[in-house]
Amino acid sequence: MNEIPEVIRTIPLQYYLFFSSTLFVIGIIGVLTRRNAIIIFMCIELMLNAVNLLLTAFSAYRSDANGQVFVFFIMAVAAAEVCVGLAIIVMIYRNLRSTDINILSNLKW
Amino acid sequence: MTGSLFYFLTFLTLFAALGVVFSKNPVYSVLFLILTFFSLSGHYILLNAQFVAAVNIIVYAGAIMVLFLFVIMFLNLNMDTEQAQKKSVLTKVAGAISGGLLLVIMIAVLKDAEVGSYDPENFDSQIGLVENLGHLLFTKYLLPFELASVLFLVAMVGAVMLGKKETQQRHF
Repeated sequence: MNEIPEVIRTIPLQYYLFFSSTLFVIGIIGVLTRRNAIIIFMCIELMLNAVNLLLTAFSAYRSDANGQVFVFFIMAVAAAEVCVGLAIIVMIYRNLRSTDINILSNLKW
Repeated sequence: MTGSLFYFLTFLTLFAALGVVFSKNPVYSVLFLILTFFSLSGHYILLNAQFVAAVNIIVYAGAIMVLFLFVIMFLNLNMDTEQAQKKSVLTKVAGAISGGLLLVIMIAVLKDAEVGSYDPENFDSQIGLVENLGHLLFTKYLLPFELASVLFLVAMVGAVMLGKKETQQRHF
């Protein structure tokens, strides 16, 4: 019943660190290079998921359930954020007929 | 067996994440993002975190992705809308270089970090199950759990207010 999962016995915790860092950096590169607001939003979701995976991995390796509760709350906040953010993108499209963030430069000095 | 499954899921996740960033068509980006979420759920199942895996599929692959796809269909963005601009290539190269440098630094730091490992005596493989996490959510984390419902109410009201048509606005 209480046997240790095989992935925890065979895979070191550092592999999860490397994997999450790579996923996070892919999200950062997407935010920096893409100009479409919806794609930037998806890349933010990628970064949130990299953090979720790392929290779950540490929680599973340390047998500490608090980390997985935090993953649950991160998912709840991400859902609320996507809901409001997509409404903002729809409003931007309504006014500008585009979701390209280069057009949204009115506040640039 | 499990080790090769771990590597397979890792490469699948990274491939799909790169697909999200480099697809020209936003619909393909969303489909790659769904693949990323499913392979991450596979990782959660490997770690015996079944509650997180189920919630990941329900919330991300179920709700958030439907929202994304719906907005993309709604705005008719299923073609490449990013015009080639003169600063575009420079921005892309600068973004890729700074992201890559961050990855190099993070891996160089984490390579020698003391993260420890599992404790074979006190290990509890049941912590990721619904029973344990539900107990924790409704005792220790009851206040944040209830505040999350207030957050959802605020987000719902905000989305309805933002999405409502106003009389002075241009319609499409």
